[in-house]
Amino acid sequence: MNIVVCIKQVPDAASVKWDHEKGTLLRDGVQSVINPFDYNAIEAALSLRDELGGKVTALTMGPPQAQEALREAMSMGVDDGVVVSDRAFAGADTLATTYTLAQAIKKMGQVDAVLCGKQAIDGDTAQVGPGLAVRLDIPCVTCVGDMEIIDGGKGLRLKRMCEQGYDVVEVGFPVLLTTLASLNTPRVPSLKGKMRAKKAEIPLWSAADIGAKEEKIGLKGSPTKVFSTHIPKFEARREMLQGTVEEQVDFLVQKLKEAGII
Amino acid sequence: MVTVDIEKCVGCGECEDVCTFGAISVVDEKAVVDQDSCTLCGACVEACPEEALEMSRDDAGLSDSAVSLDAWRGVWVVAEIRNGRYAPVTFELLGKARQLADDLDTDLTAVLMGADVSRHAPELVHRGADRVLVADCPELEAFVDEACAKVLAWLAKEEKPEIILSGATAMGRAFIPQVATMLETGLTADCTGLEISPDGRDLLQTRPAFGGNLLATIICDTRRPQMSTVRPHVLKALEPDSSRTGEIKEVKPPEDLLQGRVKVMESVIEESEGPLLSDSEIVLTAGRGMENEKNISMLEALAHCMDAGLGATRAVTEAGWLPGRFQIGQTGVTVSPKLYMGFGVSGAIQHLVGMQGSDIIVAINKDPDAPIFDVATYGIVADVKEILPVLTKRICQERGIDNV
Ligand SMILES: Cc1cc2nc3c(=O)[nH]c(=O)nc-3n(C[C@H](O)[C@H](O)[C@H](O)COP(=O)(O)OP(=O)(O)OC[C@H]3O[C@@H](n4cnc5c(N)ncnc54)[C@H](O)[C@@H]3O)c2cc1C
Ligand SMILES: Nc1ncnc2c1ncn2[C@@H]1O[C@H](COP(=O)(O)O)[C@@H](O)[C@H]1O
Repeated sequence: MNIVVCIKQVPDAASVKWDHEKGTLLRDGVQSVINPFDYNAIEAALSLRDELGGKVTALTMGPPQAQEALREAMSMGVDDGVVVSDRAFAGADTLATTYTLAQAIKKMGQVDAVLCGKQAIDGDTAQVGPGLAVRLDIPCVTCVGDMEIIDGGKGLRLKRMCEQGYDVVEVGFPVLLTTLASLNTPRVPSLKGKMRAKKAEIPLWSAADIGAKEEKIGLKGSPTKVFSTHIPKFEARREMLQGTVEEQVDFLVQKLKEAGII
Repeated sequence: MVTVDIEKCVGCGECEDVCTFGAISVVDEKAVVDQDSCTLCGACVEACPEEALEMSRDDAGLSDSAVSLDAWRGVWVVAEIRNGRYAPVTFELLGKARQLADDLDTDLTAVLMGADVSRHAPELVHRGADRVLVADCPELEAFVDEACAKVLAWLAKEEKPEIILSGATAMGRAFIPQVATMLETGLTADCTGLEISPDGRDLLQTRPAFGGNLLATIICDTRRPQMSTVRPHVLKALEPDSSRTGEIKEVKPPEDLLQGRVKVMESVIEESEGPLLSDSEIVLTAGRGMENEKNISMLEALAHCMDAGLGATRAVTEAGWLPGRFQIGQTGVTVSPKLYMGFGVSGAIQHLVGMQGSDIIVAINKDPDAPIFDVATYGIVADVKEILPVLTKRICQERGIDNV
């Protein structure tokens, strides 16, 4: 089994603070972490390898510092890591991102399974997984909440979760899956893993290394553009109610009636 | 690339404050951009009071000629039907798309894909469509994302719509990104606002990022179609009007498009009390402060008389008081109802990012310093066990329901 897990380094939500009065971001001490859903993708990749043999390669597109995310993945048991990194990738939207990741995966040769997190918590798009599957021309199952190997290792039975329940689906390899938090419990890094990760050579692949066409990457390859941004102000927040339980409830019910909710 | 005009820059630091990526900082009273970290989001350019920052897009390589963009006309909405019933977001999309189509002086088409769905097509006309394209194929009995994606991409190549909208539901989010990739066009996820640019035919697509802490307006001005998925409950549906007429056209997709490599063995609908969480206009959320599984039934009673959905924090789903699909937040669902009420919810950031977009937020917590009060419209410092019976009784009275 040749398994690739795509991981993204994102700002740690817990360290990002917003000043809603001024409408600005307080950036002091923002830390980068692995996107939370991607831990479940890593665990799924490792469990497939443990059952079926082969190796797991973690792949990320990002600045050279994204190596740190790969080292963390390797400390959990991932065999290899690759960062695709090039200034020319900056400003990539999901269309350019899936092209870039697909070029990198194609360079790795035949792959049997590609694992992605359900979505990245910074962009929140959930588009990279399904888009990447199209680029690689492999089937895709999103929002996987349960996974079981079937047919003596030739395929998978999966629970695809949706709003009103789930579908049970079956699929052969190669396949791309996007993982939910409920899929598994990511393993903790081992001491041996940490030692190995520390010493591991992590290659940086440039746009040229993966044979990426200039017009398909970064800003040039991105049809969507940020036209403007603003930080929403929460107005009239933080009104603390006073009085007895009955008085507070009366006040609240009054307000909800005024808002047309009840 | 973002460049700084040293003459204009006064080193005020506004750009540094708004940069989410830590890519710009003031050194020796002038802004300096770290091009490696910069993602060209444009927030700093927007924020600079001196207009000292400029972003060069250098995307000439991308733009197709104006002539080819003009070949794309019409607004499409992808209808989502589950168990013979439309997802509410389908009607919401039609309501908004009607206005967009009118602004553009063009037609509104609904695309309906599924097995045995033709009989539901007129409802889409009643909700605002001028035309319905129906792909009624037995192969589409279950949700086969690959087939849906190929059929929609095939139709779009044939008919060339300028805009395609879909719901940001599990289904839409699974197959619409595949369509956008097949068409090599832009797709904006999870939009909360859509308008036509005042000076042309571009769609201004507004969406939250960073868990609703930042709103970005996205355009796709060099390719067609322009595609968005839209969150349920943010747009307004039109009242159904059965006197509206429109064209209903059956289409026959080529056989080979209908084969998916993923086999759907069974579809399980989990019984849930009341409406789906993401579809609910009112969400009542249980936090660890509900104290035990038994107390959850008090919240269920309130949800029942308010016609509300139940949500939970991770602490509650992990304790097994409510199933995992009730979890709201970073690793659960995102909700943006008209009213969110948190009962014994502390307001950890991982939870807040999933509910901050709610219109009215009510927090009930016995700790006056709980962070949830920072985002609450109305805060009540009290024990949930005391508030709940009183609140339930009052609301049942208001709504003329017997208190059960
Ligand atoms: C990677 C990661 C992802 C996560 N994803 C999510 C997510 O998606 N969703 C999520 O919810 N969490 C998530 N969490 C967990 C999150 O950090 C918090 O631990 C969780 O939200 C806390 O839930 P809580 O508010 O119910 O519990 P607590 O934080 O324990 O808060 C309970 C609150 O109830 C109050 N209280 C106690 N008794 C009463 C009473 N009788 N009456 C009134 N108030 C009372 C207390 O004062 C307290 O404020 C995530 C964490 C991590 C690390
Ligand atoms: N730059 C990236 N490098 C590697 N994987 C990525 C990158 N961006 C997104 N992904 C993967 O795609 C998933 C969904 O991301 P998104 O579509 O951005 O929400 C993530 O959980 C990752 O598994």
